Amino acid sequence: MSVRTARAGRERVLGLLAAMLRIRQFEETCARLYGEGKIRGFVHLCNGEEAVAVGVMATLGPGDAIVSTYREHGHALARGIPMDAVMAEMYGKATGCSRGRGGSMHLFDAATRFYGGNAIVGGGLPLAVGLALAEKMQGRKGLAACFFGEGAAAEGEFHESLNLAALWRLPVLFICENNLYAMGTALERSQSQTSIAARGAAYGLPSEAVSGMDVFAVAEAAGRAVASIRNGGGPVLLEMCTYRLRAHSMFDAQLYRDKAEVEAWQKRGPIVSLTTRAKAAALMTEEDYQRLLAAADAEVDEAVRFAEDSPWEPAADLGRFVYAEAGSP
Amino acid sequence: MSTRITYREAVREALREALAADPRVFLMGEDVGRYGGCFAVSKGLLEEFGEERIRDTPLAESGFVGAGIGAALGGMRPIVEIMTGNFSLLALDQIINTAATLCHMSGGQFHVPLVIRMGTGAGRQLAAQHSHSFEGWYAHVPGIRIAVPATIDDARGMLRAALASPDPVLIFEPISLYNMEGEVTEAASAVRLEGAAIRRPGRDLSVITSGASLWKCLEAADALASEGVEAEVIDLRMLRPLDDAMLLESLARTHRALVVDEGWRSVGLAAEVGMRLVEQGFYELDAPVARVCTAEVPIPYPRHLEEAALPSAPVIAEAARRLVGHAK
Repeated sequence: MSVRTARAGRERVLGLLAAMLRIRQFEETCARLYGEGKIRGFVHLCNGEEAVAVGVMATLGPGDAIVSTYREHGHALARGIPMDAVMAEMYGKATGCSRGRGGSMHLFDAATRFYGGNAIVGGGLPLAVGLALAEKMQGRKGLAACFFGEGAAAEGEFHESLNLAALWRLPVLFICENNLYAMGTALERSQSQTSIAARGAAYGLPSEAVSGMDVFAVAEAAGRAVASIRNGGGPVLLEMCTYRLRAHSMFDAQLYRDKAEVEAWQKRGPIVSLTTRAKAAALMTEEDYQRLLAAADAEVDEAVRFAEDSPWEPAADLGRFVYAEAGSP
Repeated sequence: MSTRITYREAVREALREALAADPRVFLMGEDVGRYGGCFAVSKGLLEEFGEERIRDTPLAESGFVGAGIGAALGGMRPIVEIMTGNFSLLALDQIINTAATLCHMSGGQFHVPLVIRMGTGAGRQLAAQHSHSFEGWYAHVPGIRIAVPATIDDARGMLRAALASPDPVLIFEPISLYNMEGEVTEAASAVRLEGAAIRRPGRDLSVITSGASLWKCLEAADALASEGVEAEVIDLRMLRPLDDAMLLESLARTHRALVVDEGWRSVGLAAEVGMRLVEQGFYELDAPVARVCTAEVPIPYPRHLEEAALPSAPVIAEAARRLVGHAK
């Protein structure tokens, strides 16, 4: 147990644990619902990566903009998009956070400045640069937090975006979720420089590799980065070392990795590691854990009920939202 | 009151007016600042508006177009310049996958009020990686608006209309027109981002075109008029949305249609326009719809081959004669 953990205090531990558990239970339910045919399309679950979403979001303010990837359920929930609306989006219902038009990979929410769910690897990075430019040019204090995977570091848009953000000293927090596999291709099999932080440093960004399995380490590193960015220090890159405990999507036999490797990472998962450490430090009990788990399950159940009961958008409305409608801002 | 200026100056005046009118507007792209723009369109704007608003970017089309999308989402009104249509292909992901989809994917929550300007077309001996006309391609995609100013008034007025649009607008400026001189008229201040325009009325056939080809069609129409054939020349102006109503109205008068496009013939804009006429105006037709397009080759460098590849006034006039003679 680290001193840091001890200092965090019981309340903080329980808050972070609750936030991660609701993501975990949401994802498990999505997997079940996919099996039942309620959710279709490509669904990418973030089991194992909850600490990154929760730890980073805890350091951001309501004025900050979020740009995410297709593995974004956790980001969306941690950002505060109501679970009901996220689950309804999984179903494709009209009450979904994107009115059902986006599905699992395209969660959007204007109220929390959540700019999607982008299914083009690397495609969100330039967007974050532009959102940050808008903050800077309008004299606002917000920053753009941009999540992407290590696979995106092979894309040209990663390099173009880091260069531009550093060149113009824009308030962007680049958060690389390095889960070691771009779909089924291991990092060392596809990239000559396997340190994403080293890539960031090459463009002049303060860059740091962080244990993405330790929610405190994530929050601490993100907190420092956010402070530096808000002080005008320019963009920062954080490489969150994490692991995807489930398959890439629902169509993945996982031929590219050993079961033993997955099991080893499961023991280091962010929820189990926090729980173990917090119990050892007498900051929480098994009853606490069970209570939070039950609360998460209840919230997910309610979200499923909401999604089930929600209406479909009429097919007659198919052509809406291709262009802005009259009266749009 | 009217003023005689070049097409290039008309675009520059439009940029200057937009920058002066709205602090959210800024221009970014490769060499738009110190160099003054690769076609000298933005010359002088850096001195007038400063580096914050006239932003030279790295050579990173996808990066700075994507940044334009993000800035638009964040409340700005960016104008992104891409040197040529060919270079815009490096930003295709951002234009097609993001700019064109965000409004729909977000269920109408987010809009991308972004204007992308780029040079298009041949005629300057710039060969096969600077000269192609992709505006018809882009017009295939829902979620964006495609504008092709062919006249001085449209060059002067379309930018203001585009900046007022909550949706992404791509403006294709034919590079062969930058030096063209003409009058800016009162109409420039009332330019709208919709509708085709009849540039020359006529009763014998409808010649439907856009961009630099407009002037070749008008030249052909002059030649035809001396032979007693009155061609109605229609400038599409907007390739998305297309103004079907005006095309059909014209067809109902002339009963013959010739589509002239600087894009390639196969699977292109001319095919789309022709098919719309056939679908909606079949019984008005006294002859098959005809097309004059660019030869199916990458645009070559030497002057004589470049000219041979492009629609020209004599070729357009000859196609019109065949069309008019067809049903006689």
